[in-house]
This record gives sequence, C-alpha cells and structure tokens, in this order.
Amino acid sequence: MEYDDFKDNEALEELKKSGSSVLLSTVDSIINWGRSNSVWPLTFATSCCGIEMMATGGARHDFARFGIEVYRASPRQADVIVVAGTIVRKMAPVLKRLYDQMADPKYVIAMGACAVSGGPFYYNSYSVIRGVDQVIPVDVYIPGCPPRPEALLYGVMQLQRKIQALSMTSEKKGEGKEQEAKPEVKDVQANEKPAS
Amino acid sequence: MTREQLNTFVTDKFPEVKLGTSKQFPEFIATLDQIHSLCKTFKESPETKMDYLFCQTALDRKDGFHVVYHLTSSELGHRVMLRSILVDKINPEVETVSDIWQAAEYYEREVFDLFGIKFTNHPDLRRIFLEDDWVGYPLRKDYKDVFTIDR
Repeated sequence: MEYDDFKDNEALEELKKSGSSVLLSTVDSIINWGRSNSVWPLTFATSCCGIEMMATGGARHDFARFGIEVYRASPRQADVIVVAGTIVRKMAPVLKRLYDQMADPKYVIAMGACAVSGGPFYYNSYSVIRGVDQVIPVDVYIPGCPPRPEALLYGVMQLQRKIQALSMTSEKKGEGKEQEAKPEVKDVQANEKPAS
Repeated sequence: MTREQLNTFVTDKFPEVKLGTSKQFPEFIATLDQIHSLCKTFKESPETKMDYLFCQTALDRKDGFHVVYHLTSSELGHRVMLRSILVDKINPEVETVSDIWQAAEYYEREVFDLFGIKFTNHPDLRRIFLEDDWVGYPLRKDYKDVFTIDR
C-alpha cells in the first residue's frame, strides 16, 4: 500500500495541532510512543473472524511486529478488545462487562461485517446485534467477511495512528465517547424483550 | 442393511408408514402415534441396532411442523431418516424419544425452544438457548418481534 493511502484520513493528525505547550507535547509523544507500541489485545473471539485473528497472531503475519505483542486472557491486562465475530443479544451484556473491566486507556476494534453492522445477519435475525457500536464505543472498523490478516494489520496500524494523535489534554474526549454510547446501550436492553 | 432391506423391514412391521423420497437416507414418514414405537423398534431390533440419534430437528412447512430424526448404528453403519408431521400448528405435540436415546433430551429442548413443539413425557422440557422469559418461538415462519427487520 502506498504511504499516501495509509495517511488518507488526515483528521487524526489534525488532532495533534491543538497547540499545547512544549513540555506537554513532549510528554505526550513519549506516552503515546509507549502506548501505541504495546497495545495488548484481549483473547476474545466469537466466530470465524477469530480464526483470522489467530492467523494474524501466528508466525506468517505476526501481529507482534507492530507491538500488538501478546494476547491477554484477562480484561484487566488488555488494552484493546478486537471484537472478532457475531455478537448476539445474549452475548452483548457479557461484551459490555468485559469492556467495563478493561483498564483505561482502552480501545475497541470492530473486526468483520458482523461486528461492524450485523453483516449477513442484518435482516431476518431475531438475535444478532446490528453492529457492536450499539454496545461499546468503537475506534476502528475493519470490513470484510472475514477480513484478511493484512486488513487486521492495517486496522491495527490505524489504531496506532489514532493513539499517537491523542494528548493528555484531549483525553477527556475518551470519557465523552463512552457517554455517547450509553443511550444506545439502553436501546439494546429495551429491545431485549420483544413485545410479542 | 441396504435401502431395500430397510424398506421391507419397516413396511413388514408398520404397514401404515409411508416411504419418503430423500435420496441421502432411507426416509420413513410415520404418524404421530407410531413414531415412538417405530424408534423403539429401530433401537431394539438386532437387524437394525440404531443406537445413535445423531440429529433431531424440526421444520416449519405449510402442511405442519415436521419433526425429523436421523438414526445410525455405530455397529452396522446404516442410517435412516424418520419424519413425523404435526398438522396441528397451534398446539403441536409429539411423544418424546428421550427414553430411547438420552441425547434426545437436549435436541428436544432445542426444538421446543425454537419451534414450540411440546414433547410429551419429556423429563425436563424448558428453553435451552433463549432466556426463560422470551416470548414466542423464533424459527416459526409466523414469528414477529420488534427487533427483527424483515426483508
């Protein structure tokens, strides 16, 4: 991929140009360098995208080159949750709890058509959540059914760009992000019991 | 046993049982009051020895709910498919086969969960996947709820 294509979304770098002090921005760049190069994912996969995620972690594609070093089996130690697969209404509260249990700063990658929008289960399904963004706030969407490992790597690199663009002064935006998602969560719970 | 042998085996003992048209398995369509004794015969006869119910499921068709049983014998290797048609779509009921194969307990709970077919004499008939307070049976063709988007 051309480097220019990788930088096609300039809004991320615009975030940096907020004009903070020399000291703050230096500290920011050090913190972001550390954070973006050790994003540890949670061992969480609900269907076939999980297989592709494992392939990305394997020797051929090797996640770890980008600092997505090691899968953590506990949400307390994880930085990013890759939602790889279909989320059904019974799974949604579990996913929300996993997200809540992760320590800040935390990031979400919606991998595959099901996690992005419900995908093939959008219509005529009584159980599948139409996009994981109805439950938790999402940082990076990766389309595909399932996406190739290269696509996941691309998504991970976009997430790293996003992390590098954050600063200490803009971190409150993360909290606002969560509040935006909350009313949608209520919608999901209201839909939990169908009015026959 | 070959397909022909199985056909004669069944029609000798159960003359009312109709033969189906499935190409994959020998298929027998039994009435509601006969399906249990047909299953028991398949399980206990030394010629068939159907000791493994490898799939039990249901279909929602225009002529009623079809409850489908797939049997195989781990010793003799032959397979059959049994079908029972429940014409009453409002209150579908059929006798359980969980006293013959214990695996049927979970299959029948699943069928009850998604189709609302009641299996009489089942030891523990309740929902298996959906929440206990779920309203309706989602795999029925006439199922409607606020969540589903139809197309």
